Amino acid sequence: MVSPILELTDINKSFGHVQANKNINLKINKGTIHGIIGENGAGKSTLMSIVFGLYQANSGSIKINGKEINLRSPRDSIINGIGMVHQHFMLVENFTVLENIILGFEGETVFGEKLQKAKEDLEKLCQTYNFNIDLDATISDLSVGFRQRVEILKSLYRGAEILILDEPTGVLTPQEVDELFKILRSLKDEGKTIVLITHKLIEIMDLTSEVSVMRQGEMVGHTKTEDTSKEQLAEMMVGRSVLLRVDKKEIKKGETIFKVNNLSVKDDLDVTRVKDVNLEICSGEILGIAGVTGNGQTELLEALSGIRKVESGSIELFGEKISDQNNFLNPRMLKEKGLAHVPEDRQRMGLISDFKAHENLIFGYHDQEPYSKSAILNNKEITEYSNKVMQEYDVRPNSPNLITSNFSGGNQQKIILSRELNENPKVLLVGQPTRGVDIGAIEFIHQRLIDMRDKGAAILLASVELDEILSLSDRIIVMFDGKIVGEKENKNVTDRELGLLMAGVA
Amino acid sequence: MSNIVVDKSKVPWWVSNVIVPLVNLSLALLVSGLFVFIAGENPIEAVKLIIYGSFGYIQGFAYTLYYTTNFIFTGLAFAVAFHCRLFNIGGEGQAYIGGLGVFLVAINLSFLPVPIVWLLAIFGAFLFGAAWAYIPAYLQSKRGSHVVITTIMFNFIASSLMIFLLVDVIRDTNQMAPHTVKLPEEIWLPSFEAFSGILGIKIRYSPLNLTFLLAIASLFFVWFLVWKTKWGYEMRAVGHNTQAAIYAGISPHKNIIIAMCISGGLAGLLGVNEILGVSHKIQAGFPAGYGFTGIAVALMGRNHPIGILPAAFLFGILYQGGSEVTFEMPNITRYMFVAVQGLIILFSGALENLFRPQIESFIVRRLNREVNV
Repeated sequence: MVSPILELTDINKSFGHVQANKNINLKINKGTIHGIIGENGAGKSTLMSIVFGLYQANSGSIKINGKEINLRSPRDSIINGIGMVHQHFMLVENFTVLENIILGFEGETVFGEKLQKAKEDLEKLCQTYNFNIDLDATISDLSVGFRQRVEILKSLYRGAEILILDEPTGVLTPQEVDELFKILRSLKDEGKTIVLITHKLIEIMDLTSEVSVMRQGEMVGHTKTEDTSKEQLAEMMVGRSVLLRVDKKEIKKGETIFKVNNLSVKDDLDVTRVKDVNLEICSGEILGIAGVTGNGQTELLEALSGIRKVESGSIELFGEKISDQNNFLNPRMLKEKGLAHVPEDRQRMGLISDFKAHENLIFGYHDQEPYSKSAILNNKEITEYSNKVMQEYDVRPNSPNLITSNFSGGNQQKIILSRELNENPKVLLVGQPTRGVDIGAIEFIHQRLIDMRDKGAAILLASVELDEILSLSDRIIVMFDGKIVGEKENKNVTDRELGLLMAGVA
Repeated sequence: MSNIVVDKSKVPWWVSNVIVPLVNLSLALLVSGLFVFIAGENPIEAVKLIIYGSFGYIQGFAYTLYYTTNFIFTGLAFAVAFHCRLFNIGGEGQAYIGGLGVFLVAINLSFLPVPIVWLLAIFGAFLFGAAWAYIPAYLQSKRGSHVVITTIMFNFIASSLMIFLLVDVIRDTNQMAPHTVKLPEEIWLPSFEAFSGILGIKIRYSPLNLTFLLAIASLFFVWFLVWKTKWGYEMRAVGHNTQAAIYAGISPHKNIIIAMCISGGLAGLLGVNEILGVSHKIQAGFPAGYGFTGIAVALMGRNHPIGILPAAFLFGILYQGGSEVTFEMPNITRYMFVAVQGLIILFSGALENLFRPQIESFIVRRLNREVNV
């Protein structure tokens, strides 16, 4: 029998008291695409960081082609033919593609012969795998999909036989995902081995031939992809059966309560990011905004929630103008009028991570009774309320006095959600509600949003996860370059159609 | 490279709030001892002198508490601003101007009943100190001028302004030195000796006076403000995460101004101790560096009133015990004690995290072992 290209035996790794990897065993065969799937915090990234030499395991061994090796730094891994493409790209923005790839491996002090040689080698590589990259282009001019290709090319150029990709599709449009998968398949056909870390079941089913599932730092199963199903994998990941589809009642649409007229918004750098947007939301409906990150969704949500000034146009709530270029109501006034906002970036905006959980649970409502009376906080009320909602929303651990940064992403999101939904808002603005949230919590959050809709709230949902938009929304608009480029009832819409709109080509 | 990563939620509160400061303090004192040794004196003897000087006799202890009073005010001043992530380096100037407030109120309203004069003078100190902090606060919130820079500049402006006033405007014209006339004796704050006199105990003069109780009250005031009111909550929110504060409808501008004004006001209260309690007149340069040392007090006390009290007391001991040492040991000058202060600031402020990971992981491991057994 041929020994596997990469074999991990009894890998243990702990950070202080937290054991991130427990007795992990893993065999990856040459020339396969091997998926590693698990919820956030399951230990996937830690494990791969050990393989890439970023962390050292506390115990256990790593073998490549049957030979035990010692990986002390990424350099050791690169020498042993392991390459890694991180979630966040490690590229110098104002360098060219070529400069980025040879960075650290220049081989000469004054550029000349070796640079020319490198360029020729790279051109050959590009041709073999159909990369279609201009080596002299500056990184800052390239789209996210192309930057990712540069990262892959960099690993290949450095002699990677095993390529680890950490959540590679999080930032891509469906079309870009297709392109990436095409490249990965051709790499496999050329005999490279690919390890794909993801929490998206659909990618595992599409691309991999074998899959390993991690849960809470442990490897809970290995299987051939053809022998399993999405449902089965989800169950292994979470440890219980999971409803993958959202149950949604027939829409009971009420009157229009939120209206945006010819809205334009500028960002902090004075660039117009939202251009002449018109939209209406009725009570009892979820309006989804699809779009690639950075096409104005952030600024739109900030303007609608009273955080950002409007450049021109106006916003109406129950027929009353709440914002135009001259003045706007601040978020607290809007809360009193029944508008709640779950912001896109919970670390930056939705929470104060150094605060205790109970302090975050009243954040923005802290000056309302019963949480405070004549400027003095009522700790008894706050604690009682916190205990109640943390139980109701199943926030774990259920300890209101714990500092918020100690909660996992999903539980932090539940803290925000419980706070914003507790007052039964009439209008709810939601940005990326499930970003970095594990699958069990996603199910819960989706159900809460549907409940709000059924209770008659008007919900605006912005998300880069097309699946989320498609499964929750009643109506979908697509934003590209600050404009609304399409609007569709959510009946028989495919992610292909939306993808084309998101890319700005339709 | 070994990186110790500790799960913060497992670290007991007393590790970072008691053990770590104590370890840092001991290190500072150890290094200071080394300096004393190099200077040719016996460090053990020096420690004995410090302890005797600050605790050994009642007058010395009263001096210690008098210094502590000043450090509580300036330490709290820095801490309040810090909770809004503002580095108020201007305590010195705010205290100076606060002293002007005390004096002007007291001298002009001395005809009122005495307790009312006291209250108004305290209010005057707070108001003048706050007003002096308001200008940098405004410039920070509206114009983005960094408060560290502007408050330092305002220390110099305060100093120049006071010299001008003391020379040309409010000087006691019967003499040449830059100080004012004395306040009428009936409105002086009762001193510690006066109190002990009532109880029939006779002690020698010390500057300790009723302001000490005001300092203790200020500790409660700050604790209540920062942790129990919505104002403190909003200030902390702005300090920790301005973006999130805006999201929640909390105005950073308003809170920067409130935090700085309260901070400046607290620094201004130092004027009550110095002018209403001790010298009864404004002398040039009376804040004498307390405003700056307050930064160290706040850092050592982890910006919490419960920490600031012992930190202020410690600096009180160093001031009082230190002067005792300089009397007895000719090789040790007053500047040595400035260096000791500097070492304490270095170890408990700048090098705060030097041993923290080791100490935390050691204790967490120990605790786990106990649990497992």
